[in-house]
Amino acid sequence: MAGNPLSPHLQIYRPQLTSTMSILHRATGIALALGTLVLLYWLVAAAQGMEAYAAAQHCISSLPVQLLLVGWTFAFYYHLCNGVRHLLWDTGWGFELGTAYKTGYIVIAAALAMTVLTWACVLSKGAAA
Amino acid sequence: MKLQSDLSRVLGLGSARSGTHHWMHQRLSAIALIPLSLWFVTALLTHMRDDAVDLSNWIRSPFVTVLLVSLIGAMFYHAKLGLQVVIEDYVHAEITKIGLLITIKLGCVLGALLGIVAVLKISFAMT
Repeated sequence: MAGNPLSPHLQIYRPQLTSTMSILHRATGIALALGTLVLLYWLVAAAQGMEAYAAAQHCISSLPVQLLLVGWTFAFYYHLCNGVRHLLWDTGWGFELGTAYKTGYIVIAAALAMTVLTWACVLSKGAAA
Repeated sequence: MKLQSDLSRVLGLGSARSGTHHWMHQRLSAIALIPLSLWFVTALLTHMRDDAVDLSNWIRSPFVTVLLVSLIGAMFYHAKLGLQVVIEDYVHAEITKIGLLITIKLGCVLGALLGIVAVLKISFAMT
């Protein structure tokens, strides 16, 4: 299998909304799989008692981790909304090019909006605490 | 739930491998994850400032315990299925591919166990 000549594809084919969103769905899925480790870290710390939990909360509230969490939030909402789009495709609906583009834009807008909304909540709670 | 008739199975028809099993389970876990993960995000927002005691009291509720355990199980199962196709798509060296697939599967099992045991420890702790 190795060493066979391949015709160029990525170098030639112009990125479209459909193909870009498809690979983004895969990328966000991988990112979320990695994010489960942070969730586990937090849960295990909570199970280990007050000191471990307080340390985990402190670590998670650091700026770099919070920025990562913002990224993961978007990855989550994008994967969720595009996942619903996939499930609709599974029923056979939405394959017309115009519909695919419309639903694609809706997914991106919804994911961005939900991310902003979530972090508005987080920041307002942070200010209140 | 096999969608294949007994006759066709006996005649050796249908997929030689597991057919649409992977595809179906990925959709099933996805459908389960929609409400579960949305619930979890809102719950996190509500409880993210809790100290250990308040968090414990919240997790203790049977509903929360079951939802958390379900979330963790569905999440790691869905992740395992998804990562499996990623590896199958991009890794073609057979030994490396099989090694990675085994690592992913066992890793997800471990991750799920860790998360579930952590939730249960909090839920059943004596206080």
